Amino acid sequence: MRNIIILFLIFIIPCNAFGLIEVDITRGNLNPLPIAVSPLSIDDESKKSFEKTLKKKDIGSEISKVIEKNLKTSGLFNPLDKNAFLQAPDIAHLKPRFEDWNLIKAQALITGKVKNVDDKLRVEFRLWDVLAGKEMMALAFTTVPNNWRRVGHIITDKVYERLTGEKGYFDTRIIYVAEEGPKTKRIKKLAIMDQDGANNKFLTLGNELVLTPRFNPTSQMVTYLSYFRNLPRVYLLDIETGIQEVVGDFPGMTFAPRFSPDGKKIIMSFAKDGNSDIYTMDLENRIVEKITNHPSIDTSPSYSPDGKFICFNSDRSGYQQIYVMKSDGSNVKRISFGNGLYGTPVWSPRGDLIAFTKLHKGKFYIGVMRTDGSGERLLTENFYQEAPSWSPNGRVLIFYRETKTDDKGEGFSAKLWSIDLTGYNERLVDTPTDASDPSWSSLLSN
Amino acid sequence: MKKLVIRNIDQGALMKLNKILKNTFLVLFACLVLSACATSKKSTGQMQGDVYTGTDTVEYLASGVPDRVFFATNESVLTTASRETLRKQAAWLRKNSDITIVLEGHADERGTREYNLALGERRANAAKDYLMTYGISSNRISVLSYGKERPVDSGSNPLAWSKNRRSVTVKAN
Repeated sequence: MRNIIILFLIFIIPCNAFGLIEVDITRGNLNPLPIAVSPLSIDDESKKSFEKTLKKKDIGSEISKVIEKNLKTSGLFNPLDKNAFLQAPDIAHLKPRFEDWNLIKAQALITGKVKNVDDKLRVEFRLWDVLAGKEMMALAFTTVPNNWRRVGHIITDKVYERLTGEKGYFDTRIIYVAEEGPKTKRIKKLAIMDQDGANNKFLTLGNELVLTPRFNPTSQMVTYLSYFRNLPRVYLLDIETGIQEVVGDFPGMTFAPRFSPDGKKIIMSFAKDGNSDIYTMDLENRIVEKITNHPSIDTSPSYSPDGKFICFNSDRSGYQQIYVMKSDGSNVKRISFGNGLYGTPVWSPRGDLIAFTKLHKGKFYIGVMRTDGSGERLLTENFYQEAPSWSPNGRVLIFYRETKTDDKGEGFSAKLWSIDLTGYNERLVDTPTDASDPSWSSLLSN
Repeated sequence: MKKLVIRNIDQGALMKLNKILKNTFLVLFACLVLSACATSKKSTGQMQGDVYTGTDTVEYLASGVPDRVFFATNESVLTTASRETLRKQAAWLRKNSDITIVLEGHADERGTREYNLALGERRANAAKDYLMTYGISSNRISVLSYGKERPVDSGSNPLAWSKNRRSVTVKAN
């Protein structure tokens, strides 16, 4: 997918003018920025040709809907009602009448134009500061028409970056486990979808139990646990080709896999004789290294983004707690000291925080702490939830939540949820079936 | 059945006795139900501490040989009852030396998925180690952890969880 999209940067005008709008990302969604997303204008000829190939009446308007939904979901923006727009899309794209947009309280405006150029989709867009009456950025992309949703995501990423000063997370995908059937005989399949829930695809048939898929941060590879032939082992899957292979040759269960930040190693647990330790395997030379050596359960390892450290959970103190060590296994230090049990630590892509699951007095929490264990902050509390995964910009966490069953064992569901690092903007992530074990990809295009 | 037989032998006196017996049974039954309600929310199972001691979900490998043992929350220690069950399994395995088994270790739903996979493996190995001390060769035993993926009781209550914290011995051949 990465090589299909052709990205042309025509002209970026880095506006160094003072006083332009910005969004403070650290403040939560108390005052989302009012933004007008004008439907992207399209000439009749292009409209007709794309209607044929994409089965969408007005692809310009469809792309703008993708942008709008992204902005709204971020919790940082408040996309305004299109019915209130006074200016026609094509004219607004050339020169917005700022008084009109000001009148409906828009502070920022996105305009654009779609055209069919040699059966390719060419999209240009501009971001305007309504109050200052200035253009903030302008970009154009050309790609195959089928990529139209990705164009919407890339535009959102550019707008988000321009207004917040941080990279976006919209041109990304989520890999997860789709679940069906009764709790006692759950059928689980690997599934992948765009970050906004579109383009959902099942990657396995459900013949064997699959768990905990995780993206390689540098490629379209995935590592996961499969019970193929009733042997729980870590597998590697290329989601472009569908080719998969078992990772390493271990005489027992391997589980809890993750990639190293450079994508060259898999770190995982290997259980034998009642003891689980952490191992790595180099994917190039197949060399296996034992990282922890302790008679307790050591599992759920996750690398720091620079690859120098590993966080994991262990019950060596008697109960499940979070530890950090150097990537060679030395200098093991316990970092969680609060009340309760701590599990599933994941290092933020920004490097400064570790997200975790906490169990305390019968409730499950998703929280974050600094990498030395200080500054613990619980973001959300529920009957059952676990396994946070970071958005590539380290601003949002996705995790799964299960509901309590009643006395008849009914009413069970498993769903994906997301929440901002601020603790605001908790949202159900729509999936066609029940879902668990989400993992967020890196940005597909940079 | 018994009632009919009794009636055939005698009529009047035994009918009376029958009625008295019936009433006592009713009272006794009511007492049982009440006490069961008082000790646990569901009358079908029992727990000691938080270890399941009932027989609801238990299946039998052979007559008098239960197939599973239960654990306390986050624990893999075998209880006295578990050791007794495993000794019966060991005796049965010694008698049937061609049988191989899989020990399936499980956890309840109140823990993180990955930790529970390790915990299930640890529980199944606790059972394996005990069988081995009673002379069962390790090459007849394989271990498979399901973590919390295959509960027997889908309830979200302490009794259901206690039934799910288990190691089940399954015939492999």
